This record gives sequence, structure tokens and C-alpha cells, in this order.
Amino acid sequence: MTTTATTASPRGLAGLEPALNGHQPGWLGGIRRAGLEWVAEHGFPTLGDEDWKYTRVGPILDVPFQPAVGGMKHRLSASAIDGLAGDLGGTRLVFANGYFAPELSTLMALPEGTTVTSLASVLAGDAERLEPFLARPLSSQHHAFTALNAALAEDGAFIQIPPDATIAAPIHLVFVSDAGASPLVSSPRSVVHAGARSQATIVETHVGSGGVYLTNAVTEVILEDGAQVQHYKVQDEADTAFHLAALHVRPGRDSSFSTHALALGAAIARHEVWVKLEAAGAEVTLNGLYLPDGNQHHDNPTLIEHVAPRCTSRQLYKGVLGGHGRGVFNGHIVVGPDALGTDASQTNKNLLLSDTAEVDTRPRLEILTDDVRCTHGAAVGQLDEEAVFYLRSRGVPHQQARGVLTYAFAGEMLQLIGVGPLRSRVESKVAERLNREDTDRETFR
Amino acid sequence: MLQIENLRASIGGKEILRGVNLEVHAGEVHAVMGPNGSGKSTLAQVLAGRESYDVTGKVLYEGEDLLALSPEERAAAGVFLAFQYPVEIPGVGNLYFVRTALNSLRRQQGLDELDAIDFLSLAKERMRLVEMDESFMGRSVNEGFSGGEKKRNEIFQMAVLEPKLAILDETDSGLDIDALRVVAQGVNALRSEGRAMLVITHYQRLLDYIVPDVVHVFADGQIVRSGDKDLALELEQHGYADLEQRATLASAAAPVVGATS
Repeated sequence: MTTTATTASPRGLAGLEPALNGHQPGWLGGIRRAGLEWVAEHGFPTLGDEDWKYTRVGPILDVPFQPAVGGMKHRLSASAIDGLAGDLGGTRLVFANGYFAPELSTLMALPEGTTVTSLASVLAGDAERLEPFLARPLSSQHHAFTALNAALAEDGAFIQIPPDATIAAPIHLVFVSDAGASPLVSSPRSVVHAGARSQATIVETHVGSGGVYLTNAVTEVILEDGAQVQHYKVQDEADTAFHLAALHVRPGRDSSFSTHALALGAAIARHEVWVKLEAAGAEVTLNGLYLPDGNQHHDNPTLIEHVAPRCTSRQLYKGVLGGHGRGVFNGHIVVGPDALGTDASQTNKNLLLSDTAEVDTRPRLEILTDDVRCTHGAAVGQLDEEAVFYLRSRGVPHQQARGVLTYAFAGEMLQLIGVGPLRSRVESKVAERLNREDTDRETFR
Repeated sequence: MLQIENLRASIGGKEILRGVNLEVHAGEVHAVMGPNGSGKSTLAQVLAGRESYDVTGKVLYEGEDLLALSPEERAAAGVFLAFQYPVEIPGVGNLYFVRTALNSLRRQQGLDELDAIDFLSLAKERMRLVEMDESFMGRSVNEGFSGGEKKRNEIFQMAVLEPKLAILDETDSGLDIDALRVVAQGVNALRSEGRAMLVITHYQRLLDYIVPDVVHVFADGQIVRSGDKDLALELEQHGYADLEQRATLASAAAPVVGATS
């Protein structure tokens, strides 16, 4: 049993230590210590790290963050959450500054044996149930921020779906930050465990009501054989916020997993997806749309490891970059020696709306076996001036013409959102953003 | 309606229009004929407001300085260009596109926007004019359309937007005889007292279907000859080569060649 006092460190993230005030099992204490030791030993990533080549974390490390703690006061109401994150009609778990807020959450009837709750409540009552998920080393791609999450995480969502259960309505996880005057870091850790042949849709929404804060989130999804999970992630943090997230997926045999990452907010955001295909016949789809403008930075690293045979992976990421916005697509596919019959495709397309916006696209393919089908491609372009003139010649004002064409480029990704209320919500967010782009950003003529 | 005086346009230092003079009155259909590369399409693009050209000279449209207006302002004032190569716009529905265009015009004209239902009935009626199948409405603008379908779509847009001055840039190019007939029939249905048309074409055959009031021959960036519809027939017989020869002589003798109205 270890209890460590909160340290408000002038050194920022590097000086943080677990704030846990309650009891915790010994194995968890070990994980936390190991996380801190990892950070102490390896330090934070720099531009010299292959996977962080385009994202400077200096501005994040400079901030004197305090860790969020459970039971902190917040000024949020359920209707404020409706406004910030939307009501998708199903179960909604709300986390304020990373901690479960039951008063803001909505629980709906779910199939028998389903658990949809907070990680903290399981840690308090039935911690052993979490050990198999938390005790497993996260990934070979460990870095300081996932290590820090392991050290600091006390809460998040815990979802366990029994075999053969189908959950029709999306389960909505809302992470809302309300930083107030002093910079705050929250470290939510979520686990989704889908039983064999079960089906569910999980939506993660990250929003904030302002202030300087860092969301350092890790979500792990484990699919048993034949499970089907659709995952959506809406990153709509405050423009003053930092968002670093890792989604780790372990698909079972013949399972199917899709995720769609929509990056709208934050000053610096990095949403990393790592999929390890260790069981044969699994199918994964990774989609993403990132829309940095102003001075925003959106980094989208993906790593798909094809280890087992006959797995399929599909990736389509699109970026629309305005103002001084910067985007990164760093997609890495590794096909191992035993991954016969692998079918992998990866596409990244970018639209630059200003001559000060920038994108780095880096599709990487490492194939260590024959008998595979892999395609990848990347494109960066500007609006088609012929099309702009065509619209204008029909009476559509210049800025609106640009908006229509930009929206059309992004529209392909929006149509891939299978949850109706979520799609409408994101569509109007994107439209609003592109209109803003129209009026006050530097644009090509 | 339209008075063009000594209009010159160049791109990248190369002069394409070399002093065009032309006057078009309401209700008239003018054909502009000429060989490829003579600058006919540049004239169309410049009138519609294409910004890639350096333009000098004077263009009065209903007494106003047309060259001072943006492309969208020209559209709102009633100028329409049927493109020689209509642009494909993936992801933008055809019906949405035409409604956005119509409502943009209406807004600029201070009129109420049409709602989806009123617009749909208008669109269906105008589609019949060019025998266009309704399935084209749900598709992306011009995407995957055949050459003939694209041209019909241009005339359909013209029928919905009801311009005062319609410029048809090589609307006949790439059309088979049936498509040509349908497109011409649409154009003829839109002829009216208040509307002028400038029909740009390389071939005389379009003028069998759309009979012009005035025919101009365009060569080397200028109008070198104007006449009635018989001029087109004369061209058919003698070809452009003969005329270009005259153009050279004419421009040497008198830089400004009088236009007919």
C-alpha cells in the first residue's frame, strides 16, 4: 500500500507524482512507480524521436500544471454537457477533469452482465478485475505521456460487454475539463472489453470550458473473437488546451474494429492510434479528419502491426488546414513475417487553405513477408481555382464558394459517421469552423 | 445591353484579345465564330470575370462598368457563362449547387431565398427543357457526366438562373446530333425580348439550330467581320483561312474594326 502526497511542482509535468489519497492494491502501486521511473529514465520526447518528429512538446512542458484530483468543484450542469458534447440518446458517462461525475451522467438499461462504470469505482471495490488490463505493459511504443498516464490515472471509463450481447445505442464517454485559474492536467484511463461476438458503439468526446489544461488520455479496447466495436473520438477541446491521447486496440480473431478520430480543438493535439493484430482474420478501419487553423497543431500518428495472418486494415485520414494551422499524418504499417494474406491500405489527403498552413504526411510501410496486398498514398493540394470560379460565375460569393468546396472535401469523412446525432453535430461544427475560416483567415486568392 | 470598346486581354504577357468592339442589344442573339485559338473563349471568360487575365478597355453592361464587378456580382447582374468545359465538383450535389447559386443571386438581388420544395418544382420543370433525367440532381456536379450531359447541365442552370446576358462558350463542342438538338432547343426556349445571347462556336452547324441575328467572325483576338446569318454560311464554304488573310489586312489598315449591332 502506497500513498503519495500531491506535489505541485514548479517543474511542470516532470515533477508530478500520483495524487491518490485512498488505498490501492500493491500491483497498482508498482505500475505507478514504473511509470514515473520510465519518465525519469527516458524523459519527454523531443523532435529527435522518430514518432514525435513534427510535434514540439516544449510548450506543454513549460506549463506549471497541477494534477486534477477527484471531488474537485466544477461549474458544470447536465444541460451544459448537452451543449458541449451533445446527447446521443444512450448511456452517457461524464468525467469532469478526468473524474467520474455521476450527477452529470445518464445510465440506460443495458444487456445483462454489461458493466459501464467508472474505473475508480472498480478500483475501489473490485480492483483485481482490472489487473489483467492495467498490469499488461501498454505497448512497445511507450513514451513519457503514456507512462505518465499509467502513473497518474485514477479514473476513466470501464466498459465490459458480455459475449453475444448487442448494445444498440452508442455509449458516450464525455471528458470535460474545467480548469479555472491554474493549469490542470487530467489523466483519464479507459478500458473497453468487448466479449466474444458482442457489438457496441463507443463515442469519446473531449471538451473543455476554457482555461489552460492538458488532457493526457489513454483508452484501451480489447475485442474478443468475433466482437464488433465502432469507436468515435471527437476532440473538441478549448483552443487554449493541450490534448495528448493514445488509443490502443487489441482485436481478437475475426473481430472487427473501426475508429474515427475528429480533431477540431486544442492548441496542440496528438491522437495516436496503435493496433496490434495478433489474432487471425481481424478487420480494422482507422479514419480521421483534422482541421487545424489559427495556430493549432494536430498530430495523427498511427501504428498498425500485422502480426497474425489474414487481417485487413484500412486507413483514411483527411486534413483541412487553414491559417497558421499545422497537421501531421504519421502512419506506420508493419507487416510481420507470419502475417500472410495481409490486406492493408492507407490514404492521407490534405487541403491547404492558406499559404501559411502546413502539413507533414508520412506514410510508412514495412513489409517483412510476401503474399500481402498493401497500398498507400498521400496527397496535399489547394482548392481547385477552376471550381471556385465556376461557383462564383453562378453568383456564389467568393468566400462561400471556397467554403462549399472545402466542406465537400471534408464531407466524405463526415458521411462515414454512422451515429446520426453525432454526425449532425459534427457536421454543424465543421461547417461553423469552415465559415470562420472564410471570414478571418488568410487565404489564397 | 452590352457595349465592348477596344477590349484587350493578356495572360503572362501574351495578348489574346487585341481590341474587341461589339455591341449587343436586348433580345438579340449574336454568334461569334472563329478558328481555334483566335481568342473567342478568352472573350467569354473575360466577360464572366475570370481574374487570370490583364484586361484593358471598356465594357458597359446595362450602362455599368462590367469590368469593375466580381464574377459573382456579374452573375447577380444577370450575366451567365455556359462553360466550354464545365467543372466537376466531387462532393457537392448538383441540386444543392444550383439552389445555392439561385439563392445567392436572389440574395444579392434583395429577394427571398427559395426553400427546398419550391426550388425542387422549379428545377424539375427546367430539367424537362433540356430532357435531363432527374437522377442527375442527386449526383455530384458534373462528376462522371458525359460531354453531352455536362452541356445540358449548363443550359439547365441557365434556365434556372434566367440571366439577361447568356454567353454560350462552344456549347456545341463534343455533342452528337441528338444532344445538339436538345441543347439548341433549350437555348431557343430561353430566347426572349429581354435576354441577349452571345453564342461562341467554331462550327456553323449549331447555327442551323440557333439562328443568330448577327454573326461576327473572330480572328487573332479581334472581330474581323460582322454580318447577318448568311455570313456563317459563307464561312462554311470558304473556311477561316480566307478571312484571316483579310483580318491581317484589316488590322494593318484600321486597328479598330467597326462592329455591327
